[in-house]
Amino acid sequence: MYRYDTIDREMLADRSAEFREQVERRLAGDLAEDQFKPLRLMNGLYLQLHAYMLRVAIPYGALNPTQLRKLAWIGRTYDKGYGHFTTRQNLQFHWIKLADTPDILDHLASVDMHAIQTSGNCIRNITADPYAGATAEEIDDPRVWAEAMRQWSTLHPEFSFLPRKFKIAITAAPKDRTAAKVHDIGLVVRRARDGQLGFEVMVGGGMGRTPYIGSTIREFLPANRLFSYLEAILRVYNRHGRRDNSYKARIKILVAALGAEEFARQVEAEWEKVGASVDLPDTELARIRGAFAPMSFETLPAVSEAHEAAKASDPAYARFVRNNVKPHKKAGYGIVEISLKTVGETPGDATAEQMEAVADLAERYGQDDIRVTHEQNLVLPHVRLDDLPSVHAALRAAGLASANINLASDIIACPGLDYCALANARSISVAQHIAQKFADPDRAERVGELKIKISGCINACGHHHVGHIGILGVDKKGEEFYQLTLGGSGAEDAAVGQALGPALPYDRVADAVDTLVETYLRERHDGERFLDTFRRTGVAPFKEAVYADVH
Amino acid sequence: MPTYIRLRGGVFGLAEDGFTTVADDEVLPPGDVIVSLTRFQADGERLLSEGRQVGVRIASDEAVEALAYDLPQIAVVALEYPKFRDGRAFTSARVLRERLGFKGEVRAVGDVLRTQAGFMVRCGFDAFEPADGSSVEDWDRATRRFRHVYQRAADGRVPAFEARGV
Repeated sequence: MYRYDTIDREMLADRSAEFREQVERRLAGDLAEDQFKPLRLMNGLYLQLHAYMLRVAIPYGALNPTQLRKLAWIGRTYDKGYGHFTTRQNLQFHWIKLADTPDILDHLASVDMHAIQTSGNCIRNITADPYAGATAEEIDDPRVWAEAMRQWSTLHPEFSFLPRKFKIAITAAPKDRTAAKVHDIGLVVRRARDGQLGFEVMVGGGMGRTPYIGSTIREFLPANRLFSYLEAILRVYNRHGRRDNSYKARIKILVAALGAEEFARQVEAEWEKVGASVDLPDTELARIRGAFAPMSFETLPAVSEAHEAAKASDPAYARFVRNNVKPHKKAGYGIVEISLKTVGETPGDATAEQMEAVADLAERYGQDDIRVTHEQNLVLPHVRLDDLPSVHAALRAAGLASANINLASDIIACPGLDYCALANARSISVAQHIAQKFADPDRAERVGELKIKISGCINACGHHHVGHIGILGVDKKGEEFYQLTLGGSGAEDAAVGQALGPALPYDRVADAVDTLVETYLRERHDGERFLDTFRRTGVAPFKEAVYADVH
Repeated sequence: MPTYIRLRGGVFGLAEDGFTTVADDEVLPPGDVIVSLTRFQADGERLLSEGRQVGVRIASDEAVEALAYDLPQIAVVALEYPKFRDGRAFTSARVLRERLGFKGEVRAVGDVLRTQAGFMVRCGFDAFEPADGSSVEDWDRATRRFRHVYQRAADGRVPAFEARGV
């Protein structure tokens, strides 16, 4: 893992001191709320329905146990004893007092954490593959580039007042766990035939009111030119992105208006003029790369006796392994996903005790490494299969052993009307009702991979556009209604879902999802996921089933 | 005479503004003036031939490249912030300094706030007309806030990636 040096630490200390002064001015009445708002937003502090919400950055979703314990401590000390992991691999505290925030930022800084650029029209937290450094699929470690981008984007003098927020994702594996194609910039690490490292650059993906899948504007960008190319993209966007209407201000609108080819041409022309002086020298890249040097893995047999014995004797363990444990690049190890989607709970929430339990496991069995996924779960990327039965037992004791990764109850949901000032409708309780329908783990496994994503308003924080089943809360004359979409995906086969039909009232949503799943089970061919069946049959059988049911 | 904040040789100070900013429908007064890009394109040559100093005010949706060939004769480029959230002038300032090699004054005008002081200086601004009542001391403090920077920009500060290599 990257360790902050003196420079990184002093940046956080300076930022924290600056914010403390701004809060003091606000509390003393020297700053009005409208003047304070942009300042607090630059530090991830939102004013929500009931309280302030503080969004803490977890760069590329990577945490060490000390950091996770500190988050638990903050949750217990300043919040109601829990935190909420988000679709940007961040963590939100929803019950914060303004006067406490400078102290909280100091506590975060003490473990090399911060809330810089977790909101505002700037470059946000960089998303990266949560399996980085652990999966055999990747051709390079994307964290090297994500960390370099974290530094480059931090307090960038030219790009801190963009037309709108700006999100970058990077992956180095063919299976995309970052939703790269629905980011403002999606980077996929590629290797040229001659072995040279580079990136495929996709631009203009996004969700919100007008969802787009990103367009590739460069098939291969030499890796050492990344930062000059990013500056060129951001500069074209900063100059030409729309500023007259915040709903049309994201880069996706500019790319769509110009066409990807013309946008690419403008970027290339700008890039030529930018030159290489902003690119990172090889020595700095080597320094960062050194921080992500491969762990010291043991040479282990591919088959673990303890693990096999537990699988044979404990069906719950076997189920956990089937759904939550993924292949590791080293024999005898596994990647363990920890579901924060226990049926009946709020998707993405973790109590302080649960965070501490995960921190303990990472320390004892997981090489001090923890990741957050954009699907709001946690990952222990390096666990010996020999230790897996102990890890599972500890997770079970902490209420974290739900064996539902990628299944119907592994739902992404935004905070919705329970917290958010923008929301039209509740998301969390809809997720809970749907999850109940799949509480029987045998049924959930029979259904297989099914990505349900729920947003409480058109801003699409719950990524509904790219759900296999997407659910969007809308307000109809003061009542909560929900529009369903089918066939979306945020992965390598990215697509925007299509509308099923008229919006449904709150109390019909879970039943409708149940009907959609039953229709899939009836229609599916061997080996098809819900998404595959939908793509083969189209919307007709699903629509018929749901609306026949309603009438 | 109105005053504004100026950065010279790394030191912030209050300066008297010898320039009159003239709107397009106003009659030109004698002396040094700042005019719009449109007016400069129409009357610039005549104004310069009259022996006065001329500055040009660039709206946030105008490209500073339009001045490329006139810059050696221009004393001030005033970049407008219609709202502090409109960040186009940051790009304009960098292009002026880093690409077009402008050595004259780059002045921030409009909705100019001390909270943006650090960014403005990094992008090459050296003159400021604050809209928030902030003082020379406020600007000095705001730009000294951060001991390090992560990027190369127009101010010549050594970015972290270079400092680490030393």
